[in-house]
Amino acid sequence: MLGGVEAAPISRRTIAMKPAPVTPTDRGGEDVSNVAIDFTAVKKSYGQKVVVDQLSFTVASGECFGLLGPNGAGKSTIARMILGMSSPSAGKITVLGEKVPARARLARKRIGVVPQADNLDLEFTVRENLLVFGRYFGMTAKDVEKITPSLLEFARLESKADARVTELSGGMKRRLTLARALINDPEILILDEPTTGLDPHARHLIWERLRALLSRGKTILLTTHFMEEAERLCDRLCVLEAGRKIAEGPPHALIDEQIGCPVIEVYGGDPNELCALVKPLAQRTEISGETLFCYAPDPEQVLARLRGRTGLRVLQRPPNLEDVFLRLTGREMRD
Amino acid sequence: MWEQYAAALPANAWNWSAVWRRNYMAWRKAALASLLGNLAEPMSALFGLGFGLGLMIGQVDGISYIAFLAAGMIATSAMISATFETVYGAFARMHAQRTWDAILCTELTLGDVVLGELAWAATKAVLAGTGITIVAAALGYAAWPSIPYALPAIALTGVAFASLAMVVIALAPSYDYFVFYQTLFLTPMMYLCGAIFPVTQLPIALQRVAEALPLAHSIDLIRPAMLDRDASSVGLHVGVLCIYTIVAFVVSALLLRRRLMR
Repeated sequence: MLGGVEAAPISRRTIAMKPAPVTPTDRGGEDVSNVAIDFTAVKKSYGQKVVVDQLSFTVASGECFGLLGPNGAGKSTIARMILGMSSPSAGKITVLGEKVPARARLARKRIGVVPQADNLDLEFTVRENLLVFGRYFGMTAKDVEKITPSLLEFARLESKADARVTELSGGMKRRLTLARALINDPEILILDEPTTGLDPHARHLIWERLRALLSRGKTILLTTHFMEEAERLCDRLCVLEAGRKIAEGPPHALIDEQIGCPVIEVYGGDPNELCALVKPLAQRTEISGETLFCYAPDPEQVLARLRGRTGLRVLQRPPNLEDVFLRLTGREMRD
Repeated sequence: MWEQYAAALPANAWNWSAVWRRNYMAWRKAALASLLGNLAEPMSALFGLGFGLGLMIGQVDGISYIAFLAAGMIATSAMISATFETVYGAFARMHAQRTWDAILCTELTLGDVVLGELAWAATKAVLAGTGITIVAAALGYAAWPSIPYALPAIALTGVAFASLAMVVIALAPSYDYFVFYQTLFLTPMMYLCGAIFPVTQLPIALQRVAEALPLAHSIDLIRPAMLDRDASSVGLHVGVLCIYTIVAFVVSALLLRRRLMR
């Protein structure tokens, strides 16, 4: 679980790390070929309400970059700004070398999008959905027919080609949306909470498909509030809270740096009393709701101290991104 | 600065056709029911009023009342078809079905989507208007050789009312607001613009009002074509309808940009 990714010296609150797979030449440098998406000091506000605040990040070509944060952190707004569907109030956005939103249409030619809510055409069949969507990219019916079999195979929907969308399960609809997003053979895929609302089996199938896309060299920008999704898929993450970046880096480096020791979760008792009991043995403790999180380099000692107390549920596990978020914000990311 | 508004305008002259074809494909699946629905109401008005009132009225403007009414019903049905396709069909695709959201992630701009929806609404207006024209002509209430001149007028009527309805959906928070548009604007217009009786029956002040309304200009183009009479001021009528179309299109695109691309 604790990968051997070594982390550079990091400040306490904001962690900036170089992109992992490909390091773009320095900011402001003109070689943009390795940079898929670049945000510089982007701000978005609706009236008094600031939704995205002074956000800068760079997504390198071929990497999977995650925007991780609870609902309302600004993830979807960022995705919409990348597509030019929302204009930043300040700052600069460049996508595939095009200035956005001014030249967003040209950038969108090379982007595929899986939106948060399915917006497939319900009255059409699977095949017709692909045809209609291909036309939005200037493709002819022949162009679309040619690639339809490979898209259906990729989405594991070969047997459903002539089924209406209303007959598909939630997982199938998501996979069709993913196939639809690939119709223009995009360089970048923007996925807004791609597995929200799916059952675990359907979710794993989507993850497996996304990894297949990464191995083909596609760049993925993914928003999620699932720790597991972010940990499994993303080369690098930007952790957001209330529109601000609170950490950035490879998931395992973030976990190592911020936590770096096993975690013991205790619930079923008075968390404050338990906290006082184990505090001397732990590096750090945190109470969230009725659960005590105990970060202890030597978990055996903590477990020994708790032994004999009845009614407690104790779980020892490796640290994860949830712990990172909890540490940085004092809150759980789960909604 | 202007680049900000580029998204509200069509990107080129052909992108809109992808939206039109999407709507055509969806319509084809229920074409018969849709055609019946579009034609039933104006037909019943034409025959109900035409035969019923026609008995009492006799001649209007030197022709039978039903022949007079036919042109009015054609223009009105084009107006209603284009409006309803926009306020119900296009609004659903923008609002509940999120079809526009999907399209806006592609190469198309908002202006392309709006133009495609207008073209589609105008197509439905042409279908409805042509249907009634054919029935009226088959029954001898219209003059065959000049009927083809009515078609472009019907199409222009459809596009003008679709554009106006696009402004309405850009502003309406929900379906409930469309009934105001219908009862406060469309229905009075039908009575003011010479669809059911000659405008000259109105007090002079209301005749002036009618001159500014788009339906009056549609009827002044369609009726002479149906009756094989010489049309007067064709340029004026076409010009007024074009101005309504273009102004409403630009206004709706800007309003929709503000609504959808915040």
